[in-house]
Amino acid sequence: MLSELSFNEMIGVLQFPGSNCDLDVIHALKDILKTDAKLVFFKDQDLSGLDGLVVPGGFSYGDHLRAGAVAAKMPVLDEIKKFAELGKPVLGICNGFQILCESGLLPGALTKNTSLKFVCKWIEMEVCNDTSTFTMEYTKGQVVRMPIAHGEGRYFCDEKTLKQLKDNDQICFRYRGENPNGALDNIAGICNEEGNVLGLMPHPERASEKILGGEDGRKMFECMLGYIRSR
Amino acid sequence: MHARLHKITIAATKTNNMADKTCWGCKKPNVSLTDEEIGIARKRLGREPNEIEWAMLDVMWSEHCSYKSSRPLLKMFPTKGNDILLPVGDDCGVVRFDDKWGIAIGMESHNHPSAIEPVAGAATGIGGIVRDIISKGAKPIACLDPLRLGDIKKDERSKYLFENIVKGISSYGNCIGVPTIGGEAEFNSTFNKNPLVNVVCVGLVEADKIVKGAAPVAGDTMMLIGSKTGRDGIHGVTFASEELTTGKEEEVRPAVQIEDPFSEKLLIDSFMEIYQTGAVRGCKDLGGGGFTCATSEIAFKGGKGASIDMDKIHLREADMAPWEIVLSETQERMMLVVKKGREAEVERILEKWDVPYARIGVITDEQRYILKHNGKVVVDMPVELLGDAPTFDRACEPILKKKIEKPKIADLKKYFLGLLKEPNIACKKWIYEQYDNEVQDRTIIKPGQDGSVTRITEKAGIALGTGCNSAHCGIDVYEGAKEALAEAIRNITAVGAKPITIVDCLNFGNPEKPQAMWQFKTAVEALTEGMKALDVPVVSGNVSFYNESDGKAIDPSPIVTALGKVELDKIMTMGLKDEGDSIILIGETKAEFCDAPKVDFALEKKTNKLILELIGNKKVNAAHDLSKGGLAVGLALMAFKGGKGFVVDIAKMSEKIDNNEKLFSESNARYVVTAKHAAPVVEATKKASLDVQVLGKVNGEKLHYGLFEVSLSEAKKNWENGLEELLI
Amino acid sequence: MDVEITVKLKKGLLNPEARTIGRSLNLLGYKNVSDVDTKKVFFMRIDAASKDVARKQADEMCRRLLTNPVIEDYAIVVK
Repeated sequence: MLSELSFNEMIGVLQFPGSNCDLDVIHALKDILKTDAKLVFFKDQDLSGLDGLVVPGGFSYGDHLRAGAVAAKMPVLDEIKKFAELGKPVLGICNGFQILCESGLLPGALTKNTSLKFVCKWIEMEVCNDTSTFTMEYTKGQVVRMPIAHGEGRYFCDEKTLKQLKDNDQICFRYRGENPNGALDNIAGICNEEGNVLGLMPHPERASEKILGGEDGRKMFECMLGYIRSR
Repeated sequence: MHARLHKITIAATKTNNMADKTCWGCKKPNVSLTDEEIGIARKRLGREPNEIEWAMLDVMWSEHCSYKSSRPLLKMFPTKGNDILLPVGDDCGVVRFDDKWGIAIGMESHNHPSAIEPVAGAATGIGGIVRDIISKGAKPIACLDPLRLGDIKKDERSKYLFENIVKGISSYGNCIGVPTIGGEAEFNSTFNKNPLVNVVCVGLVEADKIVKGAAPVAGDTMMLIGSKTGRDGIHGVTFASEELTTGKEEEVRPAVQIEDPFSEKLLIDSFMEIYQTGAVRGCKDLGGGGFTCATSEIAFKGGKGASIDMDKIHLREADMAPWEIVLSETQERMMLVVKKGREAEVERILEKWDVPYARIGVITDEQRYILKHNGKVVVDMPVELLGDAPTFDRACEPILKKKIEKPKIADLKKYFLGLLKEPNIACKKWIYEQYDNEVQDRTIIKPGQDGSVTRITEKAGIALGTGCNSAHCGIDVYEGAKEALAEAIRNITAVGAKPITIVDCLNFGNPEKPQAMWQFKTAVEALTEGMKALDVPVVSGNVSFYNESDGKAIDPSPIVTALGKVELDKIMTMGLKDEGDSIILIGETKAEFCDAPKVDFALEKKTNKLILELIGNKKVNAAHDLSKGGLAVGLALMAFKGGKGFVVDIAKMSEKIDNNEKLFSESNARYVVTAKHAAPVVEATKKASLDVQVLGKVNGEKLHYGLFEVSLSEAKKNWENGLEELLI
Repeated sequence: MDVEITVKLKKGLLNPEARTIGRSLNLLGYKNVSDVDTKKVFFMRIDAASKDVARKQADEMCRRLLTNPVIEDYAIVVK
């Protein structure tokens, strides 16, 4: 539960050419969670004054070369790395997850769905880690529903990395029931070792209002705000 | 509107002296215009048009750009209304949503390109209609895709086209962040070689900030914005004149344009910011007719002229000849008219988004259209010559109504299960799960219901629904066209919306053939009748002719999309909700199985009014309008969506018709609703003097019709796998 | 025979991916890079009686599956 005292968190939502879900994240943060949020154009590399950062979904650079590959090499990613090193929360949603992996902030890679088709539907996930910045208010084992919408969502990493992810409790969400894209070990979302950077393929900003289909995504933003306030 | 792709041979024609006024050019220009049209062009210009001017006239006076066969008939359509903010005549229409917001809506076809290269054809179709919406100052918020494909069970090419058309729409719509929230797909063999790819786009614009496709102020700057102009879409060419050749040998350029949704997304984002500056006077997108159409029309509509320096145009290939530049169909380009002196504000935003642009000309008081190249004037004509093509009154010859043999159904259950698997009935999630239908956080009712609902404000939204049963139109185009309008409106009524306007895409055969022209004329008359009866004007639309191959035309397909307004706390879905709910049929079932069922608009109006009342007063908790597959399929769909079975007794229906008719007749003006308490619904329906029948109740896990029954799971499996099993 | 098939978009057609990559390279500071283009290359071994037979088969395979002849050109090298 959010406290009723007013806080002044400012959450940045990164905007690359081709980002699509930036305004949806702003809507979830400002209109639903009543926090301050603003767009950060990728050319403005100044992340000072931000308490948290969301790298939203979309098709940055048209997904050319590989999804997220071009965006990941933009200078603003250096600032994001520094931001994360300070322990501040960074959330990568869908294309954002792809960008974080391509930039090295998260291990592994996302590649084409095994069906070779774009898939848009609501799926079930199991919460596998309830200690990371973005999952600390969920309960391990809890089943949540969120929508996916991607063509390159199949998570992959080598055996060594997978072992590390498991040993360090970095796997935050796994698909439950059906694996919609062929992801290794049903992985839907992971975090870094420290737990303050999380990437996932499903869209929590589309699951923050009942009228849109469900509210399980809202908690992810609440976790971030709770984490910021406790620091 | 799209230029017809055709081979052009440019013949060298020197400007002749004016002595012989009846035949200035001794050589007949190689254009696809009739002798009569050529004569009219010469007379109106007062001299022989030069090669570039002929090329431009050829495009602008083509059927797809000028609507020369259809314009005289389309005048019948009711286009006025209190809620219309931008009527027919611009790139798309705009209607009022509330005091603050307007909804822009347009519909287009990209049929012929999709038959050649389905991914690119369908993708660029979406691109075109989205740009139409952007050009009016609106942010695109939703797309729909009504499709017609061939017999995918038997025809490999149809399957290939279908798979790739969906891929094209998916890849483009998803990339630009516009959700594709609805559509439809009908399959029959008349579309084997002529698929129909119709696309709808809807946008949001502040009612007092609509941008028009007109440039009414001289001195304003014309800016060409977007992808560099290349040789896209210019078909195999031969050069006869040294003046025109670039010195290259003949190159066969494919008649397709490659889509670039990333560029389109940059156009959307940059233009939404540009509009905020207030520096924009007018805007048109470059679609069919490319550069020529956008630049001449924007001046013409403003009552002005245009003077353009082609050397300023940003080109992909530096050595393009002027006629190549004017004919180019490069996608993802816009024509912006910017208030004089405010160009820098616009350019700053374009540079932020890395969108290429060029200041190419100026709006003039003199109403002439002037193009300069290498310092010389290469085109100089009255600006209305290009836009005001001569129209044709084409001959019509009626076609008799077709009669289809009704099948003898020995085993109802077997027939029913087979019907559920038919591509025309089967679940379409193979299609819509490839479309991002949720981006922008507005989609309240998602694909799979009768209509879709998109949130506009916290409390209200718009509903969209399409309609047209092409097979019915093939039987009887008059009733079929009426049904297209009736069905589109019923689809939005079923989700709780009151109609505001419609848009249409009229897909027909060759208008030079009297029978096809009669079909078109009849459809236009039918739609006019319906729009007047239902008091729903049309605000934009498209005509696609020449949908035929080897002399055989498609089933005429006047596809209608209805737009309505809905309160978000009064929306309705079709899934069966709770055990024990009564299932009630509203409307009369006639013996119309395997026929084009008749449409009575007075009845439609009355029925729709009742349905909206029942939904608004919360007397019902599910509603579905009946269409393909009749009552049997309609009830089944409600069961599949709700995950609940039912027990009904079809025998309770009128004795005037036999069992097959009761189950499968596709009579119009019918809905099935469910309610906790049947009595108030029955009473309200009887009060409206409409037929009503309580059929049974929501119950159990079977679809029990009385005449036969089948398990919900078996039926659902058949229905869900129908398309999946046929496709990759 | 070792066969190499290179597939490229037909001349005059837009290659959006190549264009985006080129612009991105410029944005990252490589301003001396221009005219980026992309090709697809297939490598395979064809068991055939002669180079001509292998080439003929490769040509047929291109037209049937490997390329979209409406928008792509191809070149075959048989080693």
